[in-house]
Amino acid sequence: MNNVLVSLVSMGSLAALFAAGLAVASKKLAVETDPKIDAIEEVLPGVNCGGCGFAGCRAFAEAVASGQAPTNGCPVGGATVAKMVAAVLGVEAEEPVRKVAQVLCKGGLAEAKQRGTYDGPADCRLAHATQGGDKACSYGCLGYGSCVKACAFDAMYMSENGLPVVIEENCTACGKCVEACPRDIIILVPEEQGVHIRCRSLAKGREVRQVCSVGCIACQRCVKACPTGAIYMQDNLARINYDLCTNCRECVAVCPMKTIDWQDGKPLVLEKAAVS
Amino acid sequence: MNLFLLFLSALLVNNFVLVRFLGICPFMGVSKDVDSAFGMGVATTFVMVVAAAVTWLIEHFILAPLGLPFLQTMAFILVIAALVQLVEMFIHKTSPGLYKAMGIFLPLITTNCAILGLAIMAVQNAYTFIQSVIFALGAGLGFTLALVLMAGIREELRFADIPEPLLGAPIAFICAGLLSLAFSGFAGLI
Repeated sequence: MNNVLVSLVSMGSLAALFAAGLAVASKKLAVETDPKIDAIEEVLPGVNCGGCGFAGCRAFAEAVASGQAPTNGCPVGGATVAKMVAAVLGVEAEEPVRKVAQVLCKGGLAEAKQRGTYDGPADCRLAHATQGGDKACSYGCLGYGSCVKACAFDAMYMSENGLPVVIEENCTACGKCVEACPRDIIILVPEEQGVHIRCRSLAKGREVRQVCSVGCIACQRCVKACPTGAIYMQDNLARINYDLCTNCRECVAVCPMKTIDWQDGKPLVLEKAAVS
Repeated sequence: MNLFLLFLSALLVNNFVLVRFLGICPFMGVSKDVDSAFGMGVATTFVMVVAAAVTWLIEHFILAPLGLPFLQTMAFILVIAALVQLVEMFIHKTSPGLYKAMGIFLPLITTNCAILGLAIMAVQNAYTFIQSVIFALGAGLGFTLALVLMAGIREELRFADIPEPLLGAPIAFICAGLLSLAFSGFAGLI
Protein backbone atom coordinates (compact mmCIF):
# COMPACT_ATOMS: atom_id res chain seq x y z
CA MET A 1 0.00 0.00 0.00
CA ASN A 2 2.84 2.29 0.91
CA ASN A 3 4.48 1.48 -2.42
CA VAL A 4 1.36 2.49 -4.32
CA LEU A 5 1.11 5.77 -2.48
CA VAL A 6 4.78 6.61 -2.99
CA SER A 7 4.58 5.75 -6.71
CA LEU A 8 1.46 7.84 -7.15
CA VAL A 9 2.86 10.86 -5.37
CA SER A 10 6.32 10.74 -6.97
CA MET A 11 5.07 10.15 -10.52
CA GLY A 12 2.22 12.59 -10.05
CA SER A 13 4.46 15.38 -8.87
CA LEU A 14 6.97 14.68 -11.64
CA ALA A 15 4.20 14.81 -14.23
CA ALA A 16 2.80 18.00 -12.71
CA LEU A 17 6.25 19.56 -12.82
CA PHE A 18 6.74 18.71 -16.49
CA ALA A 19 3.22 19.84 -17.31
CA ALA A 20 3.87 23.21 -15.68
CA GLY A 21 7.15 23.53 -17.59
CA LEU A 22 5.48 22.70 -20.89
CA ALA A 23 2.64 25.11 -20.19
CA VAL A 24 5.09 27.94 -19.69
CA ALA A 25 7.06 26.88 -22.78
CA SER A 26 3.96 26.74 -24.96
CA LYS A 27 3.15 30.34 -24.01
CA LYS A 28 6.70 31.51 -24.63
CA LEU A 29 7.22 29.58 -27.84
CA ALA A 30 3.72 30.03 -29.27
CA VAL A 31 3.85 30.35 -33.03
CA GLU A 32 1.87 33.33 -34.16
CA THR A 33 -0.32 32.49 -37.10
CA ASP A 34 -2.20 35.07 -39.05
CA PRO A 35 -5.73 35.10 -37.57
CA LYS A 36 -6.97 35.84 -41.09
CA ILE A 37 -5.91 32.34 -42.16
CA ASP A 38 -8.21 30.75 -39.60
CA ALA A 39 -11.02 33.13 -40.48
CA ILE A 40 -10.69 32.33 -44.19
CA GLU A 41 -10.48 28.62 -43.57
CA GLU A 42 -13.67 28.95 -41.57
CA VAL A 43 -15.70 30.15 -44.56
CA LEU A 44 -14.22 27.67 -47.08
CA PRO A 45 -16.18 24.51 -47.92
CA GLY A 46 -13.59 22.37 -46.12
CA VAL A 47 -13.72 19.31 -48.37
CA ASN A 48 -10.01 19.63 -49.26
CA CYS A 49 -10.76 18.74 -52.89
CA GLY A 50 -7.73 20.58 -54.24
CA GLY A 51 -9.75 22.18 -57.03
CA CYS A 52 -8.07 25.51 -56.32
CA GLY A 53 -4.64 24.02 -57.05
CA PHE A 54 -3.48 24.12 -53.43
CA ALA A 55 -2.98 21.19 -51.08
CA GLY A 56 -6.29 21.67 -49.32
CA CYS A 57 -8.46 24.39 -47.82
CA ARG A 58 -5.86 25.36 -45.21
CA ALA A 59 -3.13 25.82 -47.82
CA PHE A 60 -5.51 27.87 -49.96
CA ALA A 61 -6.42 30.05 -46.96
CA GLU A 62 -2.72 30.67 -46.32
CA ALA A 63 -2.18 31.59 -49.96
CA VAL A 64 -5.13 33.99 -49.96
CA ALA A 65 -4.00 35.62 -46.73
CA SER A 66 -0.52 36.19 -48.16
CA GLY A 67 -1.95 37.49 -51.42
CA GLN A 68 -0.76 34.60 -53.58
CA ALA A 69 -4.25 33.44 -54.50
CA PRO A 70 -7.31 35.43 -55.54
CA THR A 71 -10.30 35.63 -53.21
CA ASN A 72 -12.40 33.81 -55.81
CA GLY A 73 -9.83 31.01 -56.18
CA CYS A 74 -12.14 28.42 -54.66
CA PRO A 75 -14.08 26.93 -57.59
CA VAL A 76 -16.29 24.94 -55.26
CA GLY A 77 -17.54 27.78 -53.12
CA GLY A 78 -18.21 30.03 -56.10
CA ALA A 79 -19.47 33.56 -55.65
CA THR A 80 -20.83 33.07 -52.12
CA VAL A 81 -17.53 31.91 -50.68
CA ALA A 82 -15.59 34.49 -52.69
CA LYS A 83 -17.71 37.20 -51.07
CA MET A 84 -17.15 35.82 -47.58
CA VAL A 85 -13.39 35.49 -48.15
CA ALA A 86 -13.30 39.03 -49.46
CA ALA A 87 -15.23 40.20 -46.42
CA VAL A 88 -12.60 38.62 -44.15
CA LEU A 89 -9.87 40.44 -46.03
CA GLY A 90 -11.89 43.65 -46.31
CA VAL A 91 -11.63 43.86 -50.11
CA GLU A 92 -14.08 43.71 -53.00
CA ALA A 93 -14.84 40.20 -54.25
CA GLU A 94 -13.68 39.39 -57.74
CA GLU A 95 -16.79 38.07 -59.48
CA PRO A 96 -16.08 34.58 -60.71
CA VAL A 97 -17.72 33.08 -63.77
CA ARG A 98 -19.49 29.96 -62.61
CA LYS A 99 -18.49 27.01 -64.72
CA VAL A 100 -19.97 23.57 -65.05
CA ALA A 101 -18.67 20.33 -66.52
CA GLN A 102 -19.89 19.31 -69.97
CA VAL A 103 -19.54 15.82 -71.41
CA LEU A 104 -18.44 16.05 -75.03
CA CYS A 105 -19.63 12.68 -76.28
CA LYS A 106 -23.10 11.43 -77.16
CA GLY A 107 -22.00 7.95 -78.15
CA GLY A 108 -23.75 5.81 -75.58
CA LEU A 109 -24.62 2.13 -75.86
CA ALA A 110 -27.31 2.87 -78.45
CA GLU A 111 -25.25 5.15 -80.67
CA ALA A 112 -21.66 3.89 -80.60
CA LYS A 113 -20.80 0.54 -82.15
CA GLN A 114 -18.93 -2.11 -80.17
CA ARG A 115 -15.89 -3.77 -81.69
CA GLY A 116 -15.46 -6.53 -79.14
CA THR A 117 -15.91 -7.40 -75.50
CA TYR A 118 -14.00 -5.86 -72.64
CA ASP A 119 -14.29 -7.82 -69.42
CA GLY A 120 -11.56 -6.17 -67.40
CA PRO A 121 -12.16 -4.01 -64.33
CA ALA A 122 -14.86 -1.38 -64.86
CA ASP A 123 -12.53 1.59 -64.91
CA CYS A 124 -12.11 3.98 -67.81
CA ARG A 125 -8.39 4.43 -67.41
CA LEU A 126 -7.76 0.68 -67.29
CA ALA A 127 -10.07 0.14 -70.26
CA HIS A 128 -8.28 2.91 -72.14
CA ALA A 129 -4.93 1.32 -71.43
CA THR A 130 -6.21 -2.15 -72.36
CA GLN A 131 -6.45 -1.80 -76.12
CA GLY A 132 -8.84 1.14 -75.73
CA GLY A 133 -11.88 -0.64 -74.34
CA ASP A 134 -14.74 -2.19 -76.30
CA LYS A 135 -16.12 0.72 -78.31
CA ALA A 136 -15.17 1.06 -81.95
CA CYS A 137 -14.60 4.81 -81.58
CA SER A 138 -11.21 5.45 -80.05
CA TYR A 139 -12.11 9.05 -79.08
CA GLY A 140 -15.45 8.59 -77.36
CA CYS A 141 -16.69 7.90 -73.87
CA LEU A 142 -15.70 4.47 -72.56
CA GLY A 143 -18.73 4.37 -70.30
CA TYR A 144 -17.21 2.91 -67.14
CA GLY A 145 -17.96 5.94 -65.05
CA SER A 146 -14.52 6.91 -63.70
CA CYS A 147 -15.65 10.53 -63.83
CA VAL A 148 -18.74 9.72 -61.77
CA LYS A 149 -16.60 7.97 -59.17
CA ALA A 150 -14.22 10.94 -59.09
CA CYS A 151 -17.04 13.40 -58.38
CA ALA A 152 -17.13 14.32 -54.70
CA PHE A 153 -20.31 16.37 -54.96
CA ASP A 154 -22.88 13.90 -56.34
CA ALA A 155 -23.07 16.00 -59.48
CA MET A 156 -22.76 13.14 -61.97
CA TYR A 157 -24.47 9.87 -62.69
CA MET A 158 -24.35 7.29 -65.46
CA SER A 159 -27.41 7.25 -67.71
CA GLU A 160 -29.04 4.00 -68.79
CA ASN A 161 -27.44 4.62 -72.15
CA GLY A 162 -23.98 4.35 -70.55
CA LEU A 163 -23.01 8.01 -70.65
CA PRO A 164 -22.19 10.29 -67.74
CA VAL A 165 -24.71 13.04 -67.05
CA VAL A 166 -23.84 16.24 -65.17
CA ILE A 167 -26.31 17.62 -62.65
CA GLU A 168 -25.44 21.25 -63.15
CA GLU A 169 -26.93 22.52 -59.89
CA ASN A 170 -24.50 20.33 -57.95
CA CYS A 171 -21.46 20.84 -60.18
CA THR A 172 -18.76 22.95 -58.58
CA ALA A 173 -16.28 22.87 -61.46
CA CYS A 174 -13.62 21.34 -59.23
CA GLY A 175 -12.21 19.55 -62.27
CA LYS A 176 -11.91 16.08 -60.75
CA CYS A 177 -13.94 14.48 -63.55
CA VAL A 178 -11.87 16.29 -66.17
CA GLU A 179 -8.76 14.76 -64.65
CA ALA A 180 -10.30 11.32 -64.30
CA CYS A 181 -11.32 11.02 -67.96
CA PRO A 182 -8.54 9.35 -69.97
CA ARG A 183 -10.05 10.66 -73.22
CA ASP A 184 -10.46 14.33 -72.29
CA ILE A 185 -14.17 14.24 -73.05
CA ILE A 186 -15.18 16.45 -70.13
CA ILE A 187 -14.46 20.18 -70.14
CA LEU A 188 -15.42 23.06 -67.87
CA VAL A 189 -17.61 25.63 -69.60
CA PRO A 190 -19.26 28.84 -68.33
CA GLU A 191 -22.67 27.92 -67.00
CA GLU A 192 -24.60 30.22 -69.36
CA GLN A 193 -23.38 28.39 -72.46
CA GLY A 194 -26.07 26.06 -73.81
CA VAL A 195 -24.73 25.00 -77.22
CA HIS A 196 -22.17 22.21 -77.21
CA ILE A 197 -20.54 20.19 -79.95
CA ARG A 198 -20.59 16.85 -78.21
CA CYS A 199 -17.89 14.96 -80.06
CA ARG A 200 -14.14 14.62 -79.69
CA SER A 201 -13.43 12.40 -82.69
CA LEU A 202 -10.58 13.47 -84.95
CA ALA A 203 -11.38 10.67 -87.41
CA LYS A 204 -12.52 11.45 -90.96
CA GLY A 205 -16.26 11.72 -91.60
CA ARG A 206 -16.60 8.30 -93.23
CA GLU A 207 -14.81 6.57 -90.36
CA VAL A 208 -16.95 8.37 -87.80
CA ARG A 209 -20.14 7.24 -89.58
CA GLN A 210 -18.94 3.63 -89.44
CA VAL A 211 -18.59 3.63 -85.65
CA CYS A 212 -21.09 6.16 -84.30
CA SER A 213 -24.47 7.56 -85.26
CA VAL A 214 -23.99 10.90 -83.50
CA GLY A 215 -20.34 11.78 -84.17
CA CYS A 216 -19.06 14.91 -85.92
CA ILE A 217 -18.40 14.14 -89.58
CA ALA A 218 -16.81 17.51 -90.27
CA CYS A 219 -19.41 18.53 -92.83
CA GLN A 220 -18.81 22.24 -92.09
CA ARG A 221 -22.52 23.14 -92.10
CA CYS A 222 -22.37 24.50 -88.57
CA VAL A 223 -19.36 26.63 -89.45
CA LYS A 224 -21.32 28.21 -92.30
CA ALA A 225 -24.49 28.59 -90.26
CA CYS A 226 -22.91 30.36 -87.29
CA PRO A 227 -23.63 34.11 -87.49
CA THR A 228 -20.87 35.10 -85.05
CA GLY A 229 -18.05 32.91 -86.35
CA ALA A 230 -17.89 31.00 -83.11
CA ILE A 231 -17.50 27.59 -84.78
CA TYR A 232 -14.38 26.54 -86.62
CA MET A 233 -13.05 23.31 -88.06
CA GLN A 234 -9.80 21.76 -86.89
CA ASP A 235 -8.51 18.20 -87.43
CA ASN A 236 -11.84 16.87 -88.80
CA LEU A 237 -13.75 18.20 -85.82
CA ALA A 238 -16.02 21.20 -85.43
CA ARG A 239 -15.06 23.24 -82.39
CA ILE A 240 -16.83 26.06 -80.64
CA ASN A 241 -15.32 29.23 -79.28
CA TYR A 242 -17.43 29.88 -76.20
CA ASP A 243 -16.25 33.48 -76.05
CA LEU A 244 -18.19 34.16 -79.26
CA CYS A 245 -21.15 31.81 -78.97
CA THR A 246 -24.43 33.62 -78.30
CA ASN A 247 -26.65 30.56 -77.81
CA CYS A 248 -28.52 31.40 -81.05
CA ARG A 249 -28.85 27.71 -81.99
CA GLU A 250 -28.44 28.12 -85.77
CA CYS A 251 -25.85 25.35 -85.74
CA VAL A 252 -28.09 23.02 -83.74
CA ALA A 253 -30.70 23.22 -86.49
CA VAL A 254 -28.34 22.34 -89.35
CA CYS A 255 -26.23 19.60 -87.75
CA PRO A 256 -27.10 16.41 -89.73
CA MET A 257 -25.73 14.05 -87.09
CA LYS A 258 -27.37 15.85 -84.16
CA THR A 259 -23.90 16.12 -82.63
CA ILE A 260 -24.51 19.69 -81.59
CA ASP A 261 -27.17 20.01 -78.98
CA TRP A 262 -29.01 22.65 -77.08
CA GLN A 263 -29.67 22.57 -73.36
CA ASP A 264 -33.04 24.05 -72.52
CA GLY A 265 -33.24 26.86 -70.07
CA LYS A 266 -30.08 28.71 -71.04
CA PRO A 267 -30.46 32.40 -71.87
CA LEU A 268 -29.56 34.07 -75.13
CA VAL A 269 -26.32 35.98 -74.69
CA LEU A 270 -26.69 38.68 -77.23
CA GLU A 271 -24.09 41.18 -76.04
CA LYS A 272 -21.32 38.94 -77.38
CA ALA A 273 -22.56 39.43 -80.92
CA ALA A 274 -21.72 43.08 -80.59
CA VAL A 275 -18.17 42.23 -79.48
CA SER A 276 -17.54 40.06 -82.51
CA MET B 1 36.36 4.64 -17.51
CA ASN B 2 38.14 7.31 -19.40
CA LEU B 3 35.53 9.85 -20.49
CA PHE B 4 37.02 10.22 -23.96
CA LEU B 5 36.95 6.47 -24.52
CA LEU B 6 33.34 6.39 -23.33
CA PHE B 7 32.48 9.15 -25.80
CA LEU B 8 34.28 7.42 -28.68
CA SER B 9 32.69 4.13 -27.80
CA ALA B 10 29.17 5.54 -27.96
CA LEU B 11 29.98 7.50 -31.11
CA LEU B 12 31.66 4.84 -33.25
CA VAL B 13 32.34 1.46 -31.74
CA ASN B 14 28.90 0.99 -30.27
CA ASN B 15 27.13 3.35 -32.61
CA PHE B 16 23.48 3.31 -31.60
CA VAL B 17 22.09 2.99 -35.10
CA LEU B 18 24.65 0.99 -37.01
CA VAL B 19 25.95 -1.36 -34.34
CA ARG B 20 23.22 -1.58 -31.72
CA PHE B 21 20.37 -1.14 -34.25
CA LEU B 22 18.44 1.30 -32.08
CA GLY B 23 16.45 4.13 -33.66
CA ILE B 24 16.19 2.58 -37.11
CA CYS B 25 12.84 4.25 -37.77
CA PRO B 26 14.07 7.85 -38.12
CA PHE B 27 17.29 6.49 -39.63
CA MET B 28 15.28 5.27 -42.64
CA GLY B 29 12.58 7.91 -42.43
CA VAL B 30 14.50 11.18 -42.23
CA SER B 31 17.59 10.30 -44.24
CA LYS B 32 16.37 11.52 -47.61
CA ASP B 33 18.35 14.76 -47.60
CA VAL B 34 21.33 15.91 -45.59
CA ASP B 35 19.76 19.08 -44.21
CA SER B 36 16.79 17.50 -42.50
CA ALA B 37 18.91 14.50 -41.44
CA PHE B 38 21.27 16.88 -39.69
CA GLY B 39 18.37 18.75 -38.07
CA MET B 40 16.86 15.47 -36.89
CA GLY B 41 20.24 14.39 -35.53
CA VAL B 42 20.71 17.61 -33.61
CA ALA B 43 17.18 17.45 -32.18
CA THR B 44 17.67 13.85 -31.11
CA THR B 45 21.09 14.61 -29.63
CA PHE B 46 19.60 17.43 -27.62
CA VAL B 47 16.81 15.23 -26.31
CA MET B 48 19.32 12.46 -25.54
CA VAL B 49 21.68 14.67 -23.54
CA VAL B 50 18.97 16.38 -21.52
CA ALA B 51 17.09 13.11 -21.06
CA ALA B 52 20.27 11.38 -19.83
CA ALA B 53 20.85 14.13 -17.27
CA VAL B 54 17.26 14.26 -16.03
CA THR B 55 16.76 10.50 -15.95
CA TRP B 56 20.00 10.10 -14.00
CA LEU B 57 18.70 12.56 -11.42
CA ILE B 58 15.33 10.84 -11.26
CA GLU B 59 16.92 7.40 -10.95
CA HIS B 60 19.30 8.42 -8.18
CA PHE B 61 17.19 10.87 -6.21
CA ILE B 62 13.67 9.53 -6.66
CA LEU B 63 13.45 5.95 -7.87
CA ALA B 64 16.40 4.40 -6.03
CA PRO B 65 15.84 6.00 -2.58
CA LEU B 66 12.11 5.31 -2.72
CA GLY B 67 12.64 1.73 -3.88
CA LEU B 68 10.64 2.13 -7.04
CA PRO B 69 12.85 0.58 -9.76
CA PHE B 70 9.77 -0.86 -11.46
CA LEU B 71 8.71 2.66 -12.41
CA GLN B 72 11.91 3.22 -14.39
CA THR B 73 10.44 2.80 -17.88
CA MET B 74 7.43 4.96 -17.12
CA ALA B 75 9.37 7.75 -15.46
CA PHE B 76 11.93 7.82 -18.28
CA ILE B 77 9.26 7.91 -20.97
CA LEU B 78 7.59 10.77 -19.09
CA VAL B 79 10.83 12.76 -19.19
CA ILE B 80 11.45 11.99 -22.85
CA ALA B 81 7.90 12.84 -23.90
CA ALA B 82 8.02 16.19 -22.12
CA LEU B 83 11.41 17.01 -23.66
CA VAL B 84 10.26 16.12 -27.15
CA GLN B 85 7.25 18.40 -26.73
CA LEU B 86 9.60 21.19 -25.76
CA VAL B 87 11.91 20.56 -28.71
CA GLU B 88 8.95 20.40 -31.07
CA MET B 89 7.66 23.77 -29.89
CA PHE B 90 11.14 25.23 -30.13
CA ILE B 91 11.72 24.00 -33.69
CA HIS B 92 8.24 25.06 -34.79
CA LYS B 93 9.02 28.53 -33.51
CA THR B 94 12.56 28.89 -34.80
CA SER B 95 12.61 26.89 -38.04
CA PRO B 96 9.25 26.16 -39.71
CA GLY B 97 11.07 24.64 -42.70
CA LEU B 98 12.85 22.09 -40.57
CA TYR B 99 9.60 21.48 -38.71
CA LYS B 100 7.89 20.59 -41.99
CA ALA B 101 10.80 18.47 -43.23
CA MET B 102 10.88 16.36 -40.07
CA GLY B 103 7.12 15.99 -40.01
CA ILE B 104 5.86 13.04 -38.03
CA PHE B 105 9.38 11.91 -37.08
CA LEU B 106 9.79 14.83 -34.72
CA PRO B 107 7.05 13.77 -32.25
CA LEU B 108 8.17 10.20 -32.89
CA ILE B 109 11.47 10.96 -31.13
CA THR B 110 9.33 10.24 -28.06
CA THR B 111 9.12 6.61 -28.99
CA ASN B 112 12.63 6.44 -30.39
CA CYS B 113 14.08 3.38 -28.68
CA ALA B 114 17.58 4.85 -28.92
CA ILE B 115 16.70 7.42 -26.25
CA LEU B 116 15.00 5.10 -23.80
CA GLY B 117 17.73 2.54 -24.47
CA LEU B 118 20.37 5.13 -23.69
CA ALA B 119 18.75 6.11 -20.40
CA ILE B 120 18.34 2.50 -19.30
CA MET B 121 21.88 1.53 -20.38
CA ALA B 122 23.31 4.41 -18.39
CA VAL B 123 21.55 3.08 -15.31
CA GLN B 124 22.54 -0.53 -15.96
CA ASN B 125 26.21 0.37 -16.44
CA ALA B 126 26.11 2.42 -13.21
CA TYR B 127 27.50 5.53 -14.91
CA THR B 128 28.10 8.67 -12.89
CA PHE B 129 26.26 11.86 -13.83
CA ILE B 130 29.13 13.15 -15.98
CA GLN B 131 29.60 9.77 -17.61
CA SER B 132 25.90 9.59 -18.45
CA VAL B 133 25.95 12.96 -20.14
CA ILE B 134 29.13 12.19 -22.10
CA PHE B 135 27.66 8.83 -23.07
CA ALA B 136 24.49 10.58 -24.31
CA LEU B 137 26.49 13.16 -26.22
CA GLY B 138 28.50 10.43 -27.95
CA ALA B 139 25.38 8.44 -28.71
CA GLY B 140 23.57 11.51 -30.07
CA LEU B 141 26.47 12.53 -32.28
CA GLY B 142 26.80 8.92 -33.42
CA PHE B 143 23.10 8.98 -34.32
CA THR B 144 23.59 12.24 -36.23
CA LEU B 145 26.66 10.82 -37.99
CA ALA B 146 24.75 7.73 -39.09
CA LEU B 147 21.82 9.82 -40.33
CA VAL B 148 23.98 12.28 -42.24
CA LEU B 149 26.11 9.50 -43.79
CA MET B 150 22.96 7.71 -44.88
CA ALA B 151 21.40 10.91 -46.23
CA GLY B 152 24.57 11.66 -48.22
CA ILE B 153 24.48 8.20 -49.75
CA ARG B 154 20.78 8.45 -50.54
CA GLU B 155 21.25 11.82 -52.21
CA GLU B 156 23.85 10.22 -54.48
CA LEU B 157 21.57 7.22 -55.06
CA ARG B 158 19.07 9.45 -56.80
CA PHE B 159 21.45 9.75 -59.75
CA ALA B 160 22.70 6.18 -59.69
CA ASP B 161 21.64 3.54 -62.18
CA ILE B 162 19.84 1.16 -59.82
CA PRO B 163 18.21 -2.07 -61.01
CA GLU B 164 14.47 -1.52 -61.10
CA PRO B 165 13.42 -4.08 -58.43
CA LEU B 166 15.80 -2.42 -55.95
CA LEU B 167 14.58 1.16 -56.46
CA GLY B 168 13.51 3.08 -53.36
CA ALA B 169 13.47 1.37 -49.98
CA PRO B 170 15.31 -1.88 -50.95
CA ILE B 171 18.49 -0.12 -52.06
CA ALA B 172 18.35 2.09 -48.97
CA PHE B 173 18.25 -0.99 -46.76
CA ILE B 174 21.16 -2.54 -48.65
CA CYS B 175 23.16 0.65 -48.12
CA ALA B 176 22.25 0.66 -44.43
CA GLY B 177 23.51 -2.92 -44.18
CA LEU B 178 26.79 -2.08 -45.88
CA LEU B 179 27.20 0.98 -43.67
CA SER B 180 26.61 -1.18 -40.59
CA LEU B 181 29.17 -3.69 -41.88
CA ALA B 182 31.69 -0.87 -42.29
CA PHE B 183 31.08 0.27 -38.72
CA SER B 184 31.77 -3.23 -37.44
CA GLY B 185 35.35 -2.47 -38.47
CA PHE B 186 35.59 -0.23 -35.39
CA ALA B 187 34.94 -3.25 -33.18
CA GLY B 188 38.53 -3.78 -32.04
CA LEU B 189 39.28 -0.09 -31.50
CA ILE B 190 38.56 0.00 -27.78
